[in-house]
Amino acid sequence: MDLVTEITILVLAVFVGFEVISKVPTTLHTPLMSQTNAIHGIVLLGGLIVVGYADDFVGELIGFIAIVFGTINIVGGFMVTDRMLEMFGPKKKKPEPAAAEESKAADSTEAGS
Amino acid sequence: MSPIISALAPDSSIVAILYIISFSLFIFGIKLGTHPTSARRGNTVAAVGMAIAVATTLALEGIGNWGIIIVGILVGTIVGAVASKKVKMTEMPQMVALYNGLGGGAIALIAWSEYRHWIHQGEEATNYLKEFALVHGMSPEAAADGISRIAGPSVSLEVLIPTLLAMVIGSISFWGSNVAFGKLQELIPSQPLALPGQKIINAVLLIALVVGGVYLGINNEYMDLDQPVFIAMLVVAALLGVGVVMPIGGADMPVVISLLNAFTGLSAAAAGIALDNTALIVAGTLVGSSGTILTLEMATAMNRSVANILFAGFGSPAAGGGGDGEQRPYRSMTAQDAAIQLAYADSVVVVPGYGLAVAQAQHTVKEMADELNKKGVTVNYAIHPVAGRMPGHMNVLLAEADVPYDQLKEMDEINPELPQTDVCVVIGANDVTNPAAKTDESSPIYGMPIIEVDEAQQVLVLKRSMSAGFAGIDNDLFYNEKTSMVFGDAKQTVQDIVAELGNL
Repeated sequence: MDLVTEITILVLAVFVGFEVISKVPTTLHTPLMSQTNAIHGIVLLGGLIVVGYADDFVGELIGFIAIVFGTINIVGGFMVTDRMLEMFGPKKKKPEPAAAEESKAADSTEAGS
Repeated sequence: MSPIISALAPDSSIVAILYIISFSLFIFGIKLGTHPTSARRGNTVAAVGMAIAVATTLALEGIGNWGIIIVGILVGTIVGAVASKKVKMTEMPQMVALYNGLGGGAIALIAWSEYRHWIHQGEEATNYLKEFALVHGMSPEAAADGISRIAGPSVSLEVLIPTLLAMVIGSISFWGSNVAFGKLQELIPSQPLALPGQKIINAVLLIALVVGGVYLGINNEYMDLDQPVFIAMLVVAALLGVGVVMPIGGADMPVVISLLNAFTGLSAAAAGIALDNTALIVAGTLVGSSGTILTLEMATAMNRSVANILFAGFGSPAAGGGGDGEQRPYRSMTAQDAAIQLAYADSVVVVPGYGLAVAQAQHTVKEMADELNKKGVTVNYAIHPVAGRMPGHMNVLLAEADVPYDQLKEMDEINPELPQTDVCVVIGANDVTNPAAKTDESSPIYGMPIIEVDEAQQVLVLKRSMSAGFAGIDNDLFYNEKTSMVFGDAKQTVQDIVAELGNL
């Protein structure tokens, strides 16, 4: 691919990024940051490609570290984001009111005794 | 060459299509990430895109060294999975900083590999031609000419420049993020730290990088590739990353992490151009633009410009407004008294800060609010845009404790209501409530929008001690006559208040 095509893609991607991301509510900023952080773990691809060239120990070591770093970036990034977003999803259980009832009941028994 | 599966040519249509699917999923994933209900699905969608991108790349022609690849991915997966399962919600910001740094480090290493690859190609071509020349009795000049015909005389600047950019930005991002991590984790002091003349040193480092880059750009013939200079640039970029982030105070760290996140994205895009990989270009650029927006929004929330944060350093040695009088009078009160004050209020506004997050007190605070609700007290939460360590951080923590959305009020929404609020409870927040931001022009945080807690009828400040906040400046609020300090661990204090409320 020639440089001009690549720069065209890059510029268009900038606008797509602005357009998609500028609509995120503040609440989701930390998860979003974490998710985009995971997405730049895509550099793993670069690590996979260059480790194929490696022909000496130093080259293999560099490639290995790059792959480990990239994988941590991806796996850790997406998992941490998922943990954050889990809390925004629909609540499956609602133990709160029941627990509150119980403590209330306990309180009244205490008061009664 | 991959002996395991039939390889795909990197420029084949099937690869192009798979990469297009993959980055479309990234864009779609981020889009879904803009609504609380679909955000989690969005993250999964993006992760699927990533899986497709990685699988496609593994099937490419020229992918080799399978032992290294398999072990590397295995180690990375285990470390990443365990770390993200173990990290506490309060430590999210530094976790993001760390992951971001690793991404940047990977890019710098990839660029280095690429450079070494060219050197190796040059050496191979030379050796081959030397032999060829020997056999055919040619002159070294003829051999050199042969090299240019076989390998091309030089590394194209179209790939050399992006490679150098990827290396420099990746290295800055790696070391800068590590410093940010260290500051948030309090492994290194969160106060601004700088050598005398740090700005000049940084400028010199930057000039050195430009000079080095130009030198390598000029000497781009295979024979002239200069690995020592390349490594020197890697080190100089590392020093620059440390030198830029070290003088920035802990309070500005979210902005810095966000900026470095954008930087890593851009360097990934640069690496994508160098490696002719569309998935890298698009994904990297997306992160670059999102990170930039996020950075600008955070800086706006703190009423500071990004340039100001990067080059000014936050509040050099305690220039805090009115902090000169060492012993100023303040009032303190027990948790029991605080509970009584709260129980007889009509409206209470809780101002949560990082201290609440550290103490993991969000669930206890929710209990307190429930107790107060039972007594007919209205409870709302005032969320400063940068409460916690990142925008939205506090919302995440309170959502974890099942606090209803409609009780979370943004700063602009709650400020006009504060004068009618009976009691404001500040839990582990400091700088975001400091009235000096409105009144004291000499204060380093002057102009930062704050939650105007001092407008409320009564103020309770739950805090360990009278020490200064993350920005390292004294808070006039604590000495206000309406304010009562309740000293102690935030969680313990709130627990005491809850217990006392139950007894009332």
